[in-house]
Amino acid sequence: MDVTGSTDDGLLVIGSSQAGVSLVTTLRALGHDAPITLLGDEHHRPYQRPALSKEFLQGQVSKESLIFRTEDYWAEHRIDLVKGERVMRIDKRADGSGTAYAMSGREIAFGRLALAVGARPRRLLVEGIDLPGVLYLRNADDALELKARVPDVEDVVVVGGGFIGIEAAASLHTMGKRVTVLEAGPRLVGRAVGEQTADHLLRHHRSAGIAIELGAGLARVLPRGDRVGAVELTDGRVVRADLVLVGVGVLPHTELAESIGLECDNGIRVDRYAVASDGHTIAVGDCANQPNPLPGAAPDDRVRFESVNNAIEQAKVAAYKITGREEEYAGIPWFWSNQGSLKLQIAGLNHGHDRTLVREDPEKGRHSVLYYRGDQVVAADCINAPLDFMAVRAALGKGAHLPYEAAGDPAVPLKSITVDAAALAAN
Amino acid sequence: MTQVTFTDHEGATRALDATPGDSVMETAVRNGVPGIVAECGGSLSCATCHVYVDATDLAALVPMEEMEDEMLWGTAEDRTDCSRLSCQIRLDEGAHLHVTTPATQV
Repeated sequence: MDVTGSTDDGLLVIGSSQAGVSLVTTLRALGHDAPITLLGDEHHRPYQRPALSKEFLQGQVSKESLIFRTEDYWAEHRIDLVKGERVMRIDKRADGSGTAYAMSGREIAFGRLALAVGARPRRLLVEGIDLPGVLYLRNADDALELKARVPDVEDVVVVGGGFIGIEAAASLHTMGKRVTVLEAGPRLVGRAVGEQTADHLLRHHRSAGIAIELGAGLARVLPRGDRVGAVELTDGRVVRADLVLVGVGVLPHTELAESIGLECDNGIRVDRYAVASDGHTIAVGDCANQPNPLPGAAPDDRVRFESVNNAIEQAKVAAYKITGREEEYAGIPWFWSNQGSLKLQIAGLNHGHDRTLVREDPEKGRHSVLYYRGDQVVAADCINAPLDFMAVRAALGKGAHLPYEAAGDPAVPLKSITVDAAALAAN
Repeated sequence: MTQVTFTDHEGATRALDATPGDSVMETAVRNGVPGIVAECGGSLSCATCHVYVDATDLAALVPMEEMEDEMLWGTAEDRTDCSRLSCQIRLDEGAHLHVTTPATQV
């Protein structure tokens, strides 16, 4: 039995994800001195995921550039990095300490447990889905497999018009593939952006040459020889496919949390300091369901983010909590998605907006949608418009005001019409 | 040897060996330099890897493109004539660059 690194007073972080890495690096930056073990089930050094569907797939960045930290960093900061190890069972005591039992037989004692276990791709259950050539895209191994197959394929069908699906579709189209996107819903990226943005994305990608079918159900995957050869839609149409990429959302990993009695509901339920229902265990990142951290959100409004920004910010809150400080979640949630030549940046959450405003400069390919609740801007989707994105993110962060009547003119920079909170109060 | 010297807003310096072809941001993040956040990992989306390049080093850099210029208007600490996003600065073989990190990136 390997008990190296085991300690009763240390922190065990399961998941060497963006959230897990952010948690341990923030703890060390805060001067937290207790032993830390960061355990992940992949064999790779901890790496960044966002580029997998974009720059990495297209060969613009190397594997090496996705690595979070040098080997020296982990050693110097006394973070025990465990790769390729999966925790099968956890014994946890009422005080939050316990022991984790891994697949290899390794046992790791901990004083406190943190779950940064992320999510897995939702699987499609249709005939033929297990044929070779049907892939998902979540981790580095998925991306490496996809990348290895790309030279041998001409026709790609992407199932799912969410961020991963569109990003991968745009990448594969850029690489010279014939790409068809099948989206079951009435528009692209349904949950994440408003209708005007979705329409703009649809027009852009169609005119670039990507075939996009909305309201398209997948009936089954058809073989050619012993591999995938085509897909059949529910309306009977058949689309040729040498490769099928499925991107239909993710499901948070909650099994370990449930096994130790933590409350789960669309993720592991945590409070505003990233503490789960036992009052000790931390959960951060894509697996955590937290109170909506935005100023003014209803107390019972909960969210589960799937974003780098949240993984970092929530990990910060968790790190402070572990060191004995209660800090509010800082900053405004934001998201980005690079889709071929199109750069989408989203600031805030458009939940509950009652009107929108579009700023458009077709010549430069800029298209921003601002979401308002009454007079207050609450979010923006900005396409190729970083100035708009930065101005809205800054305004949201400061509780500042972007007057609706003045914000519609794309020639007027939003920054120049921002009214800060102090000036608002003075009026 | 390719090197970057980082000076933080309080004046503390740290010199790091870098791999030619890497960006200043990558060099900072992989070695855990505080003061560079780089949320988006170098895809020019977040403006949290803002640095002030030493005036004497500035002229040797490839000039910035429009997108970087626009992003710099949204940095947490105001830009100056020496501001760059460090994800966009690639290090040539043998370069020795000096940059100062701002007090805050977010």
